[in-house]
Amino acid sequence: MSTRLQTKGRLVNRDRQISFSFNGKRLKAYEGDTLASALLANDQMLVGRSFKYHRPRGVVASGAEEPNALVNLGEGHRFEPNARATTTEVFDGLKAGSQNHFPSLEFDVGAINQHLSRFLPAGFYYKMFIHPRPLWKHVYEPFIRQSAGLGKAPDAETRDPDTYEYFHAHTDVLIIGGGVAGLTAALAAGRAGAQVILCEQTADWGGRAAVDGDEIDGMPVEEWIKNALQELESMKNITLRTRMMGAGVYDHGYVLCYERLTDHIGPSEGPRHRLWKVRAKQVVTATGAIERPLSFAGNDIPGVMLASAVRDYAINYGVSAGDRTVVVTNNDDAYRTAIAMLDAGLSVPAVIDVRATPDTPLIERVKSRGVRVMQGMAIAKVKGGKRVTGVSVCSQAGEGAVLEDIACDVVAMSGGWSPVVHLWSHCGGKLTWDEAGAFFRPDPTRAPLSFDGTPFVIAAGSANGEMDEGAVLADAYTMGQEAAKRVGATPKGAAPTAKDTAQAPLLPVWMMPQGASYKLRSKMWLDYQNDVKVSDVQLAAQEGYESVEHTKRYTTLGMATDQGKLSNINGLAILAQELNAPIPQVGTTTFRPPYTPISMGAIAGEAKGEIFQPLRRTPMHDWHEAHGVYWEPVGHWRRPYCYPQSGESHEDAVNREVVNTRENLGLLDASTLGKLIVKGPDAGKFLDMLYTNMMSTLKPGRCRYGLMCSENGFLMDDGVVARIDDDTFLCHTTSGGADHIHAHMEEWLQTEWWDWQVHVANVTEQYGQIAVVGPKARDVLQSLGGMDVSKEALSFMGWADGTLGGIPVRIFRISFSGELSYEIAVDAGRAQELWELLHANGQQFGVMPYGTEALHILRAEKGFIMIGDETDGTVIPQDLGLHWALSKKKADYLGKRAQQRTHMTDPDRWLLVGLETVDGSVIPDGAYATGEGTNANGQKVVQGRVTSTYYSANLKRGIAMGLVLNGPDRMGEQLTFLKTDGTAVHARIVDPVFYDKEGVKQDV
Amino acid sequence: MSEAVSALKSAEYQGFARVSECGLRGMITVRGDLASRKLTKAVEDATGQQMPKPRMVNTDGPSGIAWMSPDELLVMVPYADVTGKLAQIDKALAGEFAMAVNVSDARAVFALNGNAREVLAKLSPADMRRSALPAGEMRRTRLAQVPAAFFADADDAFTVVCFRSVAHYVFDLLKAASDPSSDVGYF
Repeated sequence: MSTRLQTKGRLVNRDRQISFSFNGKRLKAYEGDTLASALLANDQMLVGRSFKYHRPRGVVASGAEEPNALVNLGEGHRFEPNARATTTEVFDGLKAGSQNHFPSLEFDVGAINQHLSRFLPAGFYYKMFIHPRPLWKHVYEPFIRQSAGLGKAPDAETRDPDTYEYFHAHTDVLIIGGGVAGLTAALAAGRAGAQVILCEQTADWGGRAAVDGDEIDGMPVEEWIKNALQELESMKNITLRTRMMGAGVYDHGYVLCYERLTDHIGPSEGPRHRLWKVRAKQVVTATGAIERPLSFAGNDIPGVMLASAVRDYAINYGVSAGDRTVVVTNNDDAYRTAIAMLDAGLSVPAVIDVRATPDTPLIERVKSRGVRVMQGMAIAKVKGGKRVTGVSVCSQAGEGAVLEDIACDVVAMSGGWSPVVHLWSHCGGKLTWDEAGAFFRPDPTRAPLSFDGTPFVIAAGSANGEMDEGAVLADAYTMGQEAAKRVGATPKGAAPTAKDTAQAPLLPVWMMPQGASYKLRSKMWLDYQNDVKVSDVQLAAQEGYESVEHTKRYTTLGMATDQGKLSNINGLAILAQELNAPIPQVGTTTFRPPYTPISMGAIAGEAKGEIFQPLRRTPMHDWHEAHGVYWEPVGHWRRPYCYPQSGESHEDAVNREVVNTRENLGLLDASTLGKLIVKGPDAGKFLDMLYTNMMSTLKPGRCRYGLMCSENGFLMDDGVVARIDDDTFLCHTTSGGADHIHAHMEEWLQTEWWDWQVHVANVTEQYGQIAVVGPKARDVLQSLGGMDVSKEALSFMGWADGTLGGIPVRIFRISFSGELSYEIAVDAGRAQELWELLHANGQQFGVMPYGTEALHILRAEKGFIMIGDETDGTVIPQDLGLHWALSKKKADYLGKRAQQRTHMTDPDRWLLVGLETVDGSVIPDGAYATGEGTNANGQKVVQGRVTSTYYSANLKRGIAMGLVLNGPDRMGEQLTFLKTDGTAVHARIVDPVFYDKEGVKQDV
Repeated sequence: MSEAVSALKSAEYQGFARVSECGLRGMITVRGDLASRKLTKAVEDATGQQMPKPRMVNTDGPSGIAWMSPDELLVMVPYADVTGKLAQIDKALAGEFAMAVNVSDARAVFALNGNAREVLAKLSPADMRRSALPAGEMRRTRLAQVPAAFFADADDAFTVVCFRSVAHYVFDLLKAASDPSSDVGYF
């Protein structure tokens, strides 16, 4: 059984006991424990079930590479799946649970799959579920979704109560990894005077050196770490962050770092995670190395662990994984585990070493303590179900004939170490194969390149392929200095030193025994999480999947949440063997960020709740809100849709607003309209090119409606242009067009007509704009006083400056409703004041505010088009009968040439008409008019579609506009529009102007 | 009520930095040839400040000139004076290919005191190190999802300018970013 040892554990505080729960069971831990160490201390070796076969899974590693110990954390609104127990720090009250089992971790019915494994080989899903096609959607997919997946997705109704944030940091050098290599590199760069951020993903500095190292600079490793930290903390140019992982390296020194602020203390004030967006001139990856498992039958049974993890738990946390540990290895390093177990007073029945190697100091030390070292041997299979009970030993050279059984409850395996090259590789750093260590290491001649073609990532220490402590320190110091040099600093100081322990060469062994039968190979796990075995990769190779990327996808090797940190090299070595190719020729799969999964919250940053998105408010926003507005989102703006009175439906409110505006007086908040000042000696010429009609002939003091087309001829915006003086125009755009038309103007001025003397300024937000509309509009303005608004002084399509009720205004006599109408621009700071004044004085005239829906209906009654309703990016002015707005005098305007192309002049283009339903009902928006017969696709032929459709409370019937084949020539003809419920509605083609065809009402 | 009002009517928040909406400030966008002596004189006379170098801003209280782009300046004056100053600049620029436009009401202005650099670094990708953004330098950038500009005075107090319609959003952002339990300890 696994348990807490008498020895102290360097990272736990034995004076502070805390309690947590696992699957509802209350357990004890110490401050400083990870969830994995705490579970092991409570003899909870079994922590989950695998993805495909639901095999029992135990803790295998002690860090970020852990594939098995994935748990659910928290509950309710804070529930989070797939947390790695090895990187989760335990806090008092933490709640964790195992995943991917039913009904319980101990008894899981899904485990039946492992007995069916013969029928579930690599590529099973592809082969099985591809035919018959329709079954995929309705049978296979729902079934697979049910049975697959590890953690559950959080309940859709839950809302994460925590906050998250970004932090943008710029620095000379970012060093990722706070082991002795990272500390050393930071000393080197820091002493040189470079600005440095050093981040470490765990809570503790020094990495694994304190577990494995002997001495640095003649002092115990822990003491050296303390001193190094002291020196680093004393330097003002160094920022130290723990619990911050380098997640991804991107172009030009952009790096995402993931800082976990409160995960180790549980729910608390302040942001939970902070995503650092670092811009570094140089990035040093001191990310260490990960130990590789060995492939032998039963290597996935709980109790089989990485050799380094076994000693990490003992030395760091004072936890033993079991009483009797058999070490199995192809290198010297694993002998340290035997020593650590002996030091902890535990038993090591044997070290099984595949090599036949002369004694080195490490081997000698183990032997001298009476441990049996079995050379040239291998594990034939591991015995046990939910827990290791022993191993059967065989000769590595043979086919697995069992020579003897050894009882044990832990198997500590080591297949050598692989540098963590992920961050080096994210942005294109290339690798080279190291024969001696049997691993890929960064190739410094092919580093990721920055904007100027110079390298910007440097690997240091074990991450750079240096595995001996002395070499690690020397390399890290050199690389720290190199980073400093590249940012213009001058290196100084000397590297720390350590004595290397002589070690015998590693023997690359990818499978044991080397002649293992299929039966054994189909029990050798490569990918613990996704259940990919040696036999699966071999099958893929046999079936022709020669590319490592194809094999990965076919077998799902390395595609689980651990991204193959343990399985990658072993898997591709098996593939290489099977293809009879050298490993470097087979190559690796692509390393992609993030290094380990980061939270969705961190990615979203501060964007939640009130600040999820910017919400644009007009100057009268608060008034609308106080007067019962029903909002309509218009881009980021909120605009009043209508103002329902008590008990009124939105529909009733709209109808009331429409009628009142025609009969009395309406107020509309039109502040969102774009307002662009175009000024300069060439302004008229410029606007003549932008608008389809003539603007240069407009007189100061007058307004003109204009259309704007893209160079492809399609309508893109419309609005009223007012000429302010000889050189100055004010162009109104649609609300959505304000920024985009501004950019459109700047683009033409900057790229095409750069020599024209024109300036543009966007003054959209300088003004609140209030439309005062209805037969009593003049009365209310006159009641405020300040300027002459009579027909004579301010005629239709004129504008004037003045004051209203003492407030400076500019009034445009323009109408989008067909009524007598004044649009009043007022400084935003006084817009609500003027609105309130108009509202108060308007009471005697029956004033009511109206919203965007009433605005739409009023304009539709008049047959006025709306950009975005009548246009959709494929419509030209000619389609809408707007020929009058297309200047024939101008030599050119944007879109003119395009409008002369054959498709644009095709007589069969659908043209704008009005539509009046026979029964007075409202046609559904977007409905199509049917024609005769069917088209080539067997669909009904159509001959028109509805672009705008409303109930007109003034006309007491449904009205619509639409684009219809030869429409204007077919007045009075009846069309049939299909509804989605299968019924149809009939409508007559009529003139699109339904109300006041002569236009007398707006010109009074 | 007969005074012009700013978007948030001088709202305030105290976190690890202090966020205050400053009320309305007179702002005039000037576009033209920044090398022109006539234009230089026009804006210097209007503000009593010197023409700034590229990316810089010269201010004294509510008056100042900020360099916005190779052909654009932001002229700052007391809000009450803006109409007069605009007329003065227009007059001085007569005959010049240049534009001066009142944008005072289109903006919201915030003062950030305390560890303002840290607050802004959460929301803007700009390099907030003193060496990269010293006092007197203007940065046109973004705060989270909206455009914004800011500059510091010698005491590291920042002036933040955004569009009026998003004043509420920006205030909420600055509040969240200066939450007392969220200081980073980087600057």
